[in-house]
Formats: sequence, C-alpha cells, structure tokens
Amino acid sequence: MNLSTLLPLADAAAAAPVNYTALFMFVGFVAATLVITYFSARKASGSNAYFAAGRRITGWQNGLAVAGDYMSAASFLGIAGMIALFGYDGFLYSVGFLVAYLTVLLIVAEPLRNAGKYTMADVLAYRLSPRPVRAAASLSTLVVSIFYMIAQMVGAGDLVKALIGSMISYNQAVCIVGALMIVYVVFGGMIATTWVQIVKAILLMSGSVFLSILVLSKFHFSLSEFFGSLSHITSHKGDALVTADFMTPGMKFKNPLDFISLSLALVFGTAGLPHILIRFYTVPDAKTARSSVVWAMVLIGIFYVMTTFFGFGAASLLGPDFIAKNGGGNMAAPLLAQFVGGNVFFAFISAVAFATILAVVAGLTISASSSFAHDIYTNVIHHGKEANPGQEVRVARITAFVVGAVSIFLAIGLGPNANVAFLVGLAFAVAASANLPVILFSIFWKRFNTTGAVSGLLVGLVSSIGLILISPTIMGLDGPAVAASARHLIQHAPIFSLTNPGIVSIPLGFLAAILGTLLTREPSAEAMFTELTVRANTGLGAEKATTH
Amino acid sequence: MTTQPSGDLTPESGSPTDISRVGSSTPKPAHERTGAEDAALAPWDAIAADTDFKNLLAAKARFIWPATIFFLAYYFALPVLVGWFPELMKTKVGSVNVAYLFAFSQFFMAWIVAGIYVGKAAGWDKAAAGILAKFQK
Repeated sequence: MNLSTLLPLADAAAAAPVNYTALFMFVGFVAATLVITYFSARKASGSNAYFAAGRRITGWQNGLAVAGDYMSAASFLGIAGMIALFGYDGFLYSVGFLVAYLTVLLIVAEPLRNAGKYTMADVLAYRLSPRPVRAAASLSTLVVSIFYMIAQMVGAGDLVKALIGSMISYNQAVCIVGALMIVYVVFGGMIATTWVQIVKAILLMSGSVFLSILVLSKFHFSLSEFFGSLSHITSHKGDALVTADFMTPGMKFKNPLDFISLSLALVFGTAGLPHILIRFYTVPDAKTARSSVVWAMVLIGIFYVMTTFFGFGAASLLGPDFIAKNGGGNMAAPLLAQFVGGNVFFAFISAVAFATILAVVAGLTISASSSFAHDIYTNVIHHGKEANPGQEVRVARITAFVVGAVSIFLAIGLGPNANVAFLVGLAFAVAASANLPVILFSIFWKRFNTTGAVSGLLVGLVSSIGLILISPTIMGLDGPAVAASARHLIQHAPIFSLTNPGIVSIPLGFLAAILGTLLTREPSAEAMFTELTVRANTGLGAEKATTH
Repeated sequence: MTTQPSGDLTPESGSPTDISRVGSSTPKPAHERTGAEDAALAPWDAIAADTDFKNLLAAKARFIWPATIFFLAYYFALPVLVGWFPELMKTKVGSVNVAYLFAFSQFFMAWIVAGIYVGKAAGWDKAAAGILAKFQK
C-alpha cells in the first residue's frame, strides 16, 4: 500500500488549506435543505403540522427519517474510527445499535403511536396525573436532547474545521451548524426536519455503499483476502512495534462488565430516546409506525454491516498509526475515502458526515422544543389550554431558538478539545434508566401510578448522571505529563469502576418506579388502564392524519 | 354500556391550533383530552370484556414476551461469550473467527425476528379491525 498519496492531507492537518470540493458539496447540501425548509414552512402552521408533520409521513419515508435521526456522527465517524483503532470491539457497537430496534418494534412503537400525540410524556400523562409526570418526563427529555446535542456540536465543529480547513474556525463552524438547525426547526418544524433526515439517510447510505465497494475493490472483491489482511496489522504501542489480529475481541473492553453495561444502555436506551420516539407520531397509524421501524431496521442494519468494510478497511489499508497521526479515530472514514476514492470522494464523504450531524441536531432540537412547548408550557403551566391560538407552536419556535443558542454557547465554551464523546453514552443511559421503565409500566402495568412514574424518572436521571460523574470518564488521577485537554475533570481516583452506568442505573430506574408505585394507590390511574389497553391494541381514538 | 356511539369512533383533529382556548366552551381536541375526559368516547369496558379482544391480547402476549426474551438472550450471549470465553470466540473459521460470525449472525437474528413479528402483526390488525367493527355498527 502506498501511503504517499495521502501526504497532502497529512500536511493539510497542519497547514489546513481550503478544500474547495468539500466546501462546494457542503454548500450544495445546505442549499438543498434550505429549499426544503422554505417549502415546509408554508405547511408547518398548527400544532399537528408543526410537531407531527400532519401525521402524513409514509412508512418508508419515516423509516428513512428514523435512520437519519439515529445514525449520528458517533455512528458513522465514531464507530469507523473505533474499529480502525480497536478492531473487533468497535464492531460490537454496530451490533447493539441494530438489535436495539427490536425493543422499539416489539414493545414500544405501536402502543406509543396509539396512545400518545406529540411527546413521550403524552403516553405517561394519559392515565397518570398529567402535571407532575409531564414535568419530570420533560426534564428527562431536555437533558437527553441537550447532552446528545452538545456531543454532536463539538464533533461538528472539529469536523468542519478539519475538512474545510483554514477558511472556518471551530467557533464559526459551531455557529453555522447551530444557525442551520435553528432555521430548519424554527421555520420548518417537523416537516423540514423529516425531509432533512431523509436526504441525509440517502446520502449516508449511498456514501457507505460506495466506500465499501471501493474498499473491497482494493482486495479484488475477495472476502477471504479482506478478512485475511486483518490478522496481522502492525502499529506502535509506545515505542514498541506490535502486530495484532484485529478480529480478536478484547482490544478495547478489558472488563466484560463494562461491555455488558454499555449493551444494556444501547438495547434499552434506544426505545427511550425522545427524538426517536416522536418520529412515530408523524405517521398516520400504528401499522405505519410498525412498517417504518422495519424500513429503519433494514437501512440501519445494512449500514452497520458495512462498518465492517470501512472500519476494518481503514485498519487494514491505512493502519492505526496513520489514523492516529492524522486527526484520530473520527477521521478514519474520511481518510479512507481519500485513499480509495481520491479528493472528490473525500469531499463527498466529508459532506455526508456534515449532513449526518445537521440532521441529528435538527431532530434533537425539535424533540426538546416540542417537549418544552407541549409538556411544560401548555400542560404544566397552562393546564392544557392556550391563551391565544397558535401559542403552543410559537412557544416551540422560541424554545428551538433558545435551545440552539444555548448549544452554540456551550459548544464554544467547552472548546474544540473537550472530551464529550461520553455524553452520547450518557444520553442512552438516561433514556434507558429514566424513560424506558416508566413507558413500559404505564403501558403494561395496571397498578402503576404517578408517584412511581415521577420517582422512576428522577432516580433514573440522577443515578445515570451521578454514576458518570464518579466514573473513570470524569474522575481520574493524571500525572503531570498529561496535557490539559486530556486531563480528567475531577482529580480523584474513580469511585465507580465502569464507564457506562447502565448496569446499575437501569435496575435503579425500574426499582424506583416499582417502589414509588407500591407506596401509594391511585384508583383513577388503575381505572383508566382498561381504556389505555383498548386504545394501545386497537388504535381506537388515536389521532389520524390530517386531510388538508 | 347503554349508549353506543355511531359511526367512526376515531376523533379527527387538525384544526389550526389544535388546542382549545382558555374560557372556550368548545371541547378540547382529541390529543389534549386526558383519559378521564375520553371515558365517554367509546365503550371501553365492553370492548375490553369482549372475548375476541381478550384473545387478541393473549395472542400478542404469547408472541411478544417469548420473542423479547429470545432476542435479549441471543444478544447478551455476545458480550458474555466475548467477555468470559475469549478463547472459544477466537477460534478461526476460514478467514474469520467465531466472534465475528456470532456478531454477524445478530443482524440476521434481528431481521428474522422483525420479519416474523410483522407477519404475526398483520393477523392482529385484522382481529383488531374485526373487534372495532362489532362496536361501530
């Protein structure tokens, strides 16, 4: 393999000239999304259109949108990089991200569509006391969305800076991403968000297919040659040169419990991610919600199978040393694209990564703003009534603007070197520990009540965040040689030894919901269970698509 | 239930605001009503007591819970085997190893379970439609 062709890029990391092809593709994508937003904005008036795209999205469209909402930069760039540097263990993430959708398909999607309206909290408020459960559920939604968003924004800033080079600084890149997501959500609501996600999913899928084909062509389309090349990959460990079989498990996860904890958070967290759940309100009925999960599973599954080719491909064709020297794991996929497809393909893959981030942050923004407007403003503050027509949508637009602005400030405040990858794991952990137990119990457990829901949500939320704070992610003792940006936030030996809190916080969330329920009785909630069961299983009384 | 609502029980929504105004005497739109306010919408208790409905719930439970336990067991076998039986998982099979093949099989497991579920659910949709038809004469 001749790596000298990659040298211009290696220099680029230092000198950072403008990559005009990449810039041109960025601008093209942005222009296309703004056209989408312009046309969506004319339709996005009224709560139903603004929050749920009028419930007129079809199954395959929503499947693409779910895939576009879900496959974040952490999936595309992060997993490619993790496989490129740690081999097999990185691929374990790919498996978890798909299997998680069985929880969504079998248990959550259809009852949610039948019993809810705009937000995750709708399902809980259905038979429980609306104000406390909405307040708690909205708090959890906002925390999940904002954590996830900061991770995406910092990543976007780094990525755009690395790709377009000296023309744009980190701060400018963060502002551009933030401004775009504000424009999509404030003006285009759920309709624009959905179509941005659909376009992104198509770009990401086609980019990944081309990248995989080009990688395989380097191995003469022989799978045995491809996998064979992985058994002896050499890289530097300190000063020593080591040869490793990249198909061997255990290069990243030294403690099996750590991986089990992460797996739990993935499999149970996806079904509690508010920005994914609200996608099921955009379709006409539960049957379409089901078919959209299946479409999403096909797309997401194919994508994660392909991480084999571009993750291991980067390890084999570029080598871990080269990737580590040229921007680290997150740059593995773009670097590989340049190696197998030249500068134009590099620019295309970079634009795809940019589109990926924009679509995900737009989904997070609308989930945060609909939760604040619908749950907190309309239902908690104004008891389900609005003072003036259109107030709820107006509040949602203002919230979207504020959420966007806050994310921009936080991302700039944290700076380009902040280690924020753990925030994605934390978002999944909160979703699994706080949101999923209360969703399950409110659908399936008659005795469940308001005390149980509020205690489950709060204990799940607090225990996930608390355990992360005392885990090796935040706590650790660094020697004087460690650079300031890589230092742990709290200089103390970690109290909790696992990096993901799931294995403790998920049972705690369930336990708190059960104990809270058993402490009190709420006859009105139990009486309503029959009605909820009939609704969830027949779709009777569920809101249909709008006809206008 | 003595009063049987006539026609389609499903409320239509989509008014420009979707929310009733403060002090307005018009009913709240469907998605703003709580369960208590919807109690009169349909003969919920009669439907819940219907034999066909009970059979539908039982049929769903018979598939969904075993399928969930199966996919969770199959999935968590991966971290358990990789974590505690690394030697077994490192066994070479052609140019790959057991660890990769088992991880790869998870994708097909997920697709197959989803496929079976969709097939079953099509039958449940028919049953649900039949039950609603009985109550919507």
